[in-house]
Amino acid sequence: MNIHEYQAKEILNSYGIPVPRNRVAITADQVERAAKEMGGHCVIKAQIYAGGRGKGGGVKIVHHPEQANDIAKELFGKKLVTPQTGPDGLRVRRILIEEAIEIAREFYLSITLDRETSRYCLIASAEGGVEIEEVARKSPEKIHMLYIDPFTGLRPFQARKIALALGLSGVVCEDCVELLLNLYKCTLEKDCFLAEINPLVVTKAGWLLAMDAKMSFDDNAVYRHREYQDMVDYSQLDPLEITAGKYDLAYIKLSGNIGCMVNGAGLAMATLDVLKEFGGEPANFLDVGGGATREKVTEAFKIILEDSDVKGVFVNIFGGIMRCDVIAQGIIEAANEVRCALPIVVRMDGSHVEEGKTLLMESGLNVQIGENLGDGADKIVKMLGQGG
Amino acid sequence: MSILIDRNSRIVVQGITGRSGLFHTQQCRAYGTNIVAGVTPGKGGIHIDGIPVFNTVQEAVRYTKANVSMIFVPPPGAADAILETCDAGLDLAVCITEGIPVKDMVLAYAVQKQSRTRLVGPNCPGVITPGQCKLGIMPSYIHKPGKIGVVSRSGTLTYEAVKQLTDIGLGQSTCVGIGGDPIIGMKFIDVLELFNNDPDTEGVFMIGEIGGGAEEEAACWIRENMKKPVAAFIAGVTAPKGKRMGHAGAIITGGKGKAEDKIRMLGECGVTVATSPTQMGHAMLEAMSASKPAPKKPGREPAACSARKCKTIKSD
Repeated sequence: MNIHEYQAKEILNSYGIPVPRNRVAITADQVERAAKEMGGHCVIKAQIYAGGRGKGGGVKIVHHPEQANDIAKELFGKKLVTPQTGPDGLRVRRILIEEAIEIAREFYLSITLDRETSRYCLIASAEGGVEIEEVARKSPEKIHMLYIDPFTGLRPFQARKIALALGLSGVVCEDCVELLLNLYKCTLEKDCFLAEINPLVVTKAGWLLAMDAKMSFDDNAVYRHREYQDMVDYSQLDPLEITAGKYDLAYIKLSGNIGCMVNGAGLAMATLDVLKEFGGEPANFLDVGGGATREKVTEAFKIILEDSDVKGVFVNIFGGIMRCDVIAQGIIEAANEVRCALPIVVRMDGSHVEEGKTLLMESGLNVQIGENLGDGADKIVKMLGQGG
Repeated sequence: MSILIDRNSRIVVQGITGRSGLFHTQQCRAYGTNIVAGVTPGKGGIHIDGIPVFNTVQEAVRYTKANVSMIFVPPPGAADAILETCDAGLDLAVCITEGIPVKDMVLAYAVQKQSRTRLVGPNCPGVITPGQCKLGIMPSYIHKPGKIGVVSRSGTLTYEAVKQLTDIGLGQSTCVGIGGDPIIGMKFIDVLELFNNDPDTEGVFMIGEIGGGAEEEAACWIRENMKKPVAAFIAGVTAPKGKRMGHAGAIITGGKGKAEDKIRMLGECGVTVATSPTQMGHAMLEAMSASKPAPKKPGREPAACSARKCKTIKSD
C-alpha cells in the first residue's frame, strides 16, 4: 500500500524526524494562501503515487504567491506523466507547499526488506536526490548497506558508523544517529515495506531535514493499522483495481483485449505469457486466488467485463480440490448476470471436469472449451481473430 | 526414498479446527497421510474426526511423537505458530497460511534459522511425496510416484507442471512448494541440495517467477553442485514493471527480478528452460534424455557464467 509524500512526512515527523514546514492543498487558492504563509518563496509539489515527479514537471519553485496560484491551476486535474507512472500518468488532486530550503549536502537514505537475507536493510548513500539504482550501478562503493539483526535491532554504534561513512561529524553526526534509529523504529511500528528519505539534506544552517519521503506499507499488515484505510487516495488507483481489492482479487489492468481469469498468481502470469506466445494481448492480470470460490469467480467476471477494451475472455482454472462443475456454474451465472455475449474460452482442470464442461456447453453462452493451456490460448486468440 | 516427508512422517496440524484446516486435514488423511494430532489453543482435550487436539505443539509431541507440523493458523497468529514448532524441536514445519506480515516473518525466519526445524512456506501449497504422504492443499490426483523432484514458488502453476509431467510419463519423488512470499523458509537451493542427495530423485523441475534473485542464485548453485539434470520454467516474461503480480514476492523493481535475466542465467548454467508454460513436461523429458549418455556435462564450459558474475548478482 502506497501513501503520498505529505503523509509519509507527517509520519516521519511524528517519530521526531525533521521535515520542512509545509501545507497540503486541494485548491489553487489554498496553494496561494500557503505560499503567502511561507513568505512567497517556496516549493510546489504535486502529490501522486509515483516518483520521478521532478522530471515530469510536478515539482516547481515559485517566488510569489500569485505564481503559486498559476502553477497550481495548471497542475490540479492534470495527468502527470513521469518516468514511473506509465504513459497514462496519474491525476493531481493534492499539492504540497513547502518552505524553500538552502541545501548544503544531500544524501539517500532508506530502510526496506532485503529478500536474500530476510532482514530489513538500511541503505545510505552520500549521493542523494537520484535513483539509487543508478548510483548502485555506477559507483557501488558510495552505497552503505546494513542488514539489521532482528534480535538486536539497529544499534546506535551501527547507526554512527553509517553517519560517519556519509561524511558527517560533530552534532550533525549525532543528529543523524538519532534520525536513523527513529527511522528504524518507524519502519517496524508502522509495518513499512519501504521507508525512504531521498534526499535527506543538511541545510546551510546545519540542520538535518527530510526533503522528500516515500513510504509504502506491507499489505499483509494493514489489518493492524486501522488508520491506514483513511489514508488511501483512491484518485490514484484504477477503479477496477479498487473493486477487485474489495473482493480480495489481485487485478492489474493491461493494454490488450483478452480478459483473463485465472486462479493462482503463478498460473495467471504463465497464462499471460502463453496468450502472448499465441499472438494474443491480455487485457488484465486477474488472480481469483488458489481456491477460486464461486463468489469470487462471479465478481471477477464482472470486473473483467467492466473493462470496455475486453473483446473476449479466457478462463483458466486449475481447480484441484475445487469442483469444476461448481466453477462452471459460477461462470454461467456471472456471464448471464452481466449479459455477456463475448466469446469465452474456458480451460478447467480438477474434479468433475466433464460435468463442468457439459454445463458450459449447454449454457447457451458463446463458449468453447480449452482442453489444455495451449489449446485454450489458441482458441481464444482464433475466436477473436475471426470476430474482427 | 524421497525428501522431507514419507510414509513414516507423523503429522500435527496447527489450526486444525479452522474451516480450511479441517477440510485439508481430511483430504490429506484420505491420501494416507499419518495425521496424529491437531493443535488449537484453548481446544485441547477434544477430538476432531478422531484426531486428538492439544493446546500446544509441545504437548502434541509428547503424546503422539509428531515430527512434522502443517500450519493453517490465520495470519495474525501464523508466525507465532512457526516459532512454536521450532521451540518444540520438530523436523519440519510446512506453513500454508497466506498473508503473514513481513515484520512477523523477519523474526520467525531468524529464530527458525537457529533452530533444528526446517520451514517450508509460508504462502505455499505444501509438500507431497506421491503415494506416501501429502501435506498441503494440492490436488492429489495429478501426482504419480516417480523420480522427478519438483520445486516451485507457485501454487496452481505447480499443479499445471506436475500434471504435464505425469501426462508425459514422468512421476515425482517429492514436490515442494516453497511459497510466493518475500520471506520464506527453504529456498530453491535448500531443496535442490536435498534432491541432489536423494537416491530416488533422478532429475529436478524448478518453477520460478519474476521478482527477487532466488532463481539466479539457484542457477549458480546448480552449475557448481548439481549432479542431476534440471529443467525449469519462469513465469512472468510479459509482466509489467513495478506491479505486484498477485504474490507479494512477484514484482520487478529497479531493473531486478526480470524473467529474461533469470531465464538467461539458468540457461547459461546448464538448465533446460521451457520457453512456454505448455512445454514444461517436454523440457523435463528433454533434460532427462540429454543427460543420459553422460550423467554430468562438464564439457560445456560455463564461461558466460563465472563465479564472479554470480556474486555481483547476489550483492546487487
